[in-house]
Amino acid sequence: MTDRFSASHEVAPTGDFSLEYAPAPESTAPVRLASQYGLFVGGEMVESASGRLVPTINPATGEALAEVSVADAADVDRAVAAARAAWEGGWRDLPGAERAKYLYRVARLLQERAREFAVLETMDGGKPIRESRDLDIPLAAAHFFYYAGWADKLDYAFSGRRAAPLGVAAQVIPWNFPLLMAAWKLAPALACGNAVVLKPAPTTPLTALLLAEVLRDAELPPGVVNIVTGDDAAGAALVAHPGVDKVAFTGSTEVGRAIGAEVAGTGKRLTLELGGKAANIVFEDAALDQVTEGIVNGIYFNGGQVCCAGSRLLVQETVADTVVGKLQRRMDTLRVGDPLDKNTDIGAINSQAQLDRISELVASGVAEGAELYTPQCVLPERGFFHPPALFTNVSTAHRIAQEEIFGPVLSVLTFRTAEEAVAKANNTPYGLSAGIWTEKGSRILWMADRMQAGVVWANTFNRFDPASPFGGYRESGYGREGGRAGLLPYVELVP
Amino acid sequence: MTDLLAVETSAGPADAVAGVRITPVDAVGLEQRAASLCTRSIKTSSKADALDLAIRVMDLTTLEGADTPERVQALCTRARHPDAADWSVPPVAAVCVYPELVPVAAEALADSPVAVASVAGGFPAGLAPLDARMAEIAWAVAAGADEVDIVLNRSAFLSGRYQKAYDEIAAAKQACGSAHLKVILETGELGSYDQIRQSSMLAMVAGADFIKTSTGKIGTSATPAVALCMAEAIRDMAEQTGRAVGLKLAGGIRTAKQAWHYLVIVGETLGSGWLTPERFRLGASSLLNDVLMQRAKLLDGRYQRREDFSVD
Repeated sequence: MTDRFSASHEVAPTGDFSLEYAPAPESTAPVRLASQYGLFVGGEMVESASGRLVPTINPATGEALAEVSVADAADVDRAVAAARAAWEGGWRDLPGAERAKYLYRVARLLQERAREFAVLETMDGGKPIRESRDLDIPLAAAHFFYYAGWADKLDYAFSGRRAAPLGVAAQVIPWNFPLLMAAWKLAPALACGNAVVLKPAPTTPLTALLLAEVLRDAELPPGVVNIVTGDDAAGAALVAHPGVDKVAFTGSTEVGRAIGAEVAGTGKRLTLELGGKAANIVFEDAALDQVTEGIVNGIYFNGGQVCCAGSRLLVQETVADTVVGKLQRRMDTLRVGDPLDKNTDIGAINSQAQLDRISELVASGVAEGAELYTPQCVLPERGFFHPPALFTNVSTAHRIAQEEIFGPVLSVLTFRTAEEAVAKANNTPYGLSAGIWTEKGSRILWMADRMQAGVVWANTFNRFDPASPFGGYRESGYGREGGRAGLLPYVELVP
Repeated sequence: MTDLLAVETSAGPADAVAGVRITPVDAVGLEQRAASLCTRSIKTSSKADALDLAIRVMDLTTLEGADTPERVQALCTRARHPDAADWSVPPVAAVCVYPELVPVAAEALADSPVAVASVAGGFPAGLAPLDARMAEIAWAVAAGADEVDIVLNRSAFLSGRYQKAYDEIAAAKQACGSAHLKVILETGELGSYDQIRQSSMLAMVAGADFIKTSTGKIGTSATPAVALCMAEAIRDMAEQTGRAVGLKLAGGIRTAKQAWHYLVIVGETLGSGWLTPERFRLGASSLLNDVLMQRAKLLDGRYQRREDFSVD
């Protein structure tokens, strides 16, 4: 090196450079929030009977975004009556091709306003914008497109039988995928010619209320879809309402069980999509680097607040250390923080209550003797955040291996033979999903046959498509959403 | 795969090879991850450093039949001072030429931090007689090459003659002496990510100091997924043997944005310890001008004209 080169030309010593990612917050400009929201009944935004309002907060900041109405039994009554009137007043007799037009319109409007929906979903629910932008909203639109396609083909969907609508469907949805769950519920119900009363989760009502605007813009006949926000009491009133012909619920097993008891003997149809404790099973011959990504996607996607999350990692003993090593290394690069930042991998936990539950279960894992790993990461000072967590030395008897945590917490167990993997995977009261990682095709089929789970992913995890049925076994509920099977809960098959 | 693991490793770097394990690659997962890494946005203050790093790791390359000593001399001048108008721009890592032009480059780069790299060993197909290939490597090193880029014998590798492929790389390493050996896998001809991963491990175990994607002589060259696949192999090698092997990406890298994506892929997969010319290179001919343009834009906020930068 000659003198001509100034100090800035020094070839830097090894490893002097580290990439820093820019804060890349998505603009909140497309979202125009009202200060107060009413209920969507009979095609109009109306005040609730009691006039009661509660704030809905941004879990990333703890600040209130808007005030939302709390429906009571009188409001539910009004909504069910509006749905009934719309159904009997023409919706049930509308040709399928006409119903499809509305659904296509809704799908296109969702696409047009995708940015707005994505930002609002992230603000109200805390999930990373990367996920709401790339998954929640596009998939919600895809469900409307998909079921719009079925609306005029119902007579050919079930061989030899005609599919008649049921009437008024009561749909109660959770907070982890607010708009997407609304789409999963509404699209098949409407395609089959039912009217709906939808109740969003108490902590995430805003995208459903924005959807009400879309439904109005799509000129859906008033009353075909009614949206009542509120607490658990509003949900209970809706489920128990005698004017309802069909109940669909996605949420916790505990509430699902109560709904099952409530609906029993009433003649109402019921589908439940409840909790899970999915096994993600890794064989030694799997593509371990992609397995690592798959495990991360399986449990840290949406902060683990996913009913089908791969929360129990079953890894073959021969590669357990390798996989855990790769996983810890990968966890160190996960970015936890502002959900509106495009570089964020793990956003906010949906609510203080949920954060408390996760923290309590993590503490129980430590107390029961499992070994906890969390990467060094600085959590934001405000809002509800939990770092990604990994437990090793877990036994099947531990609470963290048995109970649904619904947070970014993974328990690692090992196995030696495929039989042992099957036994451990099925050793849970749940049965929603499972993942199998192996390069051997015959083993995928052998394992899939033995998994007591509604969804089995092979060499991937948390992949969703409107054409693919989704649903559980045992305490994960019953009934399917998605695909042709997703029509069945919303039709009466007649000769 | 089993055959690959059974390759006689006595000629390789002695204890750094036993028990190397090769994991399969899932194409769908690999491509997904690579695509998601390409969506990261880099901090503006970090961008300037990233552009300088892209220059510092660049192997400025000319591999044309029509190359002349004058062209190589001009390239060497640019290598020392990529921007004649701005001497704060750091020099590139190396100038890469055919063996015949090594003496020219060596002279032009004497007393500079820029290394002389030569392709050799029957580039770009590697199908010359072994003796001739080894002689070419030795000749290039004697003529002043600090680094030698050879190709994997794809004919041997793809037909399952792993031992032969391995032995030839080990022999090339010997012929290199103290010069650094880069082994080009020519990933565009390997047919699958599994083969890319396997050949990466084979080349590293056989003694490669760097593994490199492409010759630039066929249509398909470096892609984000290929870069990720090879980086993951390097990570496994380092974890299993403690030996840090470098990664060189070449072919089709023309824009600063592509260079950033590759920096992100390498940085996230291998850590910042690899973001240095000792372990990471970008082989390119037309990339430099785009990086200089982006650099100038970052500094004064305006784009300059293409004519403001030298074409050679």
